[in-house]
Amino acid sequence: MELSEKVKIAINLWLDKFPTDQRRSSVMPALMIVQKENNGSLTEELMDAIANYLELPKIIIYEVATFYSMYELKPVGKHKICVCTNITCMLCGSDEIMNYLQEKLGIKCGEITDDGNFSIKEVECLGACGGAPVLHIGDNYYENLTPDKIDTILQELEQ
Amino acid sequence: MDRNMLNQICFRSLHLDKPWLLSSYKKIGGYDVWRKVLQEKISPDTIINELKVSGLRGRGGAGFPTGLKWSFFPRQKTGQKYVVCNSDEGEPGTFKDRDIMRYNPHQLIEGMAIAGYTLGATVGFNYIRGEFSEPIARMEFALQEARDAGLIGSNILGSGVDFNLHNTYGAGAYICGEETAMIESIEGKKGQPRFKPPFPANFGVYGKPSNINNTETYASVPLILEKGGKWHLELGKPNNGGCKIFSVSGHVSKPGNYEVPMGLPFADLLNLAGGMKPGSKLKAVIPGGSSSSILPADIMMSLTMDYDSIGKAGSMLGSGAVIVLDDTVCMVKLLARVADFYTEESCGQCTPCREGTSWLSTILHRILHKNGTLQDIDLLERVAGNIGGRTICALGDAAAMPVIGMIKHYKDEFINYINDYDSAAVKVVDRM
Repeated sequence: MELSEKVKIAINLWLDKFPTDQRRSSVMPALMIVQKENNGSLTEELMDAIANYLELPKIIIYEVATFYSMYELKPVGKHKICVCTNITCMLCGSDEIMNYLQEKLGIKCGEITDDGNFSIKEVECLGACGGAPVLHIGDNYYENLTPDKIDTILQELEQ
Repeated sequence: MDRNMLNQICFRSLHLDKPWLLSSYKKIGGYDVWRKVLQEKISPDTIINELKVSGLRGRGGAGFPTGLKWSFFPRQKTGQKYVVCNSDEGEPGTFKDRDIMRYNPHQLIEGMAIAGYTLGATVGFNYIRGEFSEPIARMEFALQEARDAGLIGSNILGSGVDFNLHNTYGAGAYICGEETAMIESIEGKKGQPRFKPPFPANFGVYGKPSNINNTETYASVPLILEKGGKWHLELGKPNNGGCKIFSVSGHVSKPGNYEVPMGLPFADLLNLAGGMKPGSKLKAVIPGGSSSSILPADIMMSLTMDYDSIGKAGSMLGSGAVIVLDDTVCMVKLLARVADFYTEESCGQCTPCREGTSWLSTILHRILHKNGTLQDIDLLERVAGNIGGRTICALGDAAAMPVIGMIKHYKDEFINYINDYDSAAVKVVDRM
């Protein structure tokens, strides 16, 4: 398997940021670019393709992909709902938010809905505690959550 | 408190329309200091001395004097050197760097550029946590604006000085806020901290001298040089110069970031944040992020918000994350959640931390779910005591401190919980 031209161009921009003998510095952004292109998750073949393109041993890619929590090694929903349950969010009702989401979508944390649209993930502090409880989906943060607000968010994403 | 004392440094742009734009930043004198430094070739010693006078201390949590840190840097050493900004904001309760990058990104760029010039580093990296899409977009836009205006890059404003700055992104790992783990991550590796010494100042990114400061620290530098170290020092109190952004969250009416002079009484900060939510009563405060020891209301109400005052009370100011708890909070449940966090985020390198954090979680969940014994309280203390000080980095201490602090102040609540679970006036909700 080879990386797409589009992905290669995006990775090249990162290679230019770092010294020429430090290709390894582009591993993390490369994984993120490839993951985005592949509907939010990575496969062994894709990681091997990154290793190949960056001319690095495969293990270097695997160990990074398994260490950081934003890399997904199993498929996720089209919209990955990352719910913070850390201190402030917990104080402000993240348990209810998590329960409501699971009931509403009919899945548990870590699962994907049958239509493939949504998955839920429990995450650590997102650095937005002023708006707790908080979740993030894709590039967006959603703050001061309530069950009503969850309904609206899900409706908008389904369209 | 006089409202004029608010937002004097990192948030001085907040009143502007679209404060993140270069044109807005220029309206408040943005990049004037940088121009002056370049035009007058102000000596690095002068800049470092001003920082020493200012009393600026590291805003990421450790509180190390910034001027002193810069004075240790081997700036005469030949070869590539780096300045690195720690924007991997992840300490639970902290959300200030996010707002600096969203609303005043140019001031961070200016501060990093001045650091590069002072320390002889021609390249900078700003490591931003991967979840921060909006701050990342603002920082990328601001960098492009600064490059286009010739404020960073090669031969800046004809001075012969070079400074290239890049944003790099994390991918979800609290440990990368530890400076040597961050270096590893920039190099494309797992974020596992390095032994110190050698310190990053001598052996940092790619083994080259690297100066690492927090976002708020770098962003404070332009103002200190504009108005003088003495001005900055006198905003706060001796040994605790300047202002600090406190991220106030939890059971308050108006949670948010408040940039206030160091040494402000906690009671005033609580007022600024709208006081307690209607009908709720203050029980305790976690004054410096989840790694700091909890302090009961009566102690907290007698303290001022600065490194020394909070430190003397047995906790720490940390990153300025003030988590306010009302009297409905169950301390057992709270501590179990905190322990889970450190279990999840331990990098696994050192045995006391890898094994100890998961034992803390196990014991706390045992207590939480009615299976605990009174001996478990002693066991918790023993496990925590065996983690602290026995690991490469401070994550081990950070996992131990909340446990020790909680048992110091709320041992009775734990005893009552264990002895009479049913009467605990809390609803225990199983976490996933």
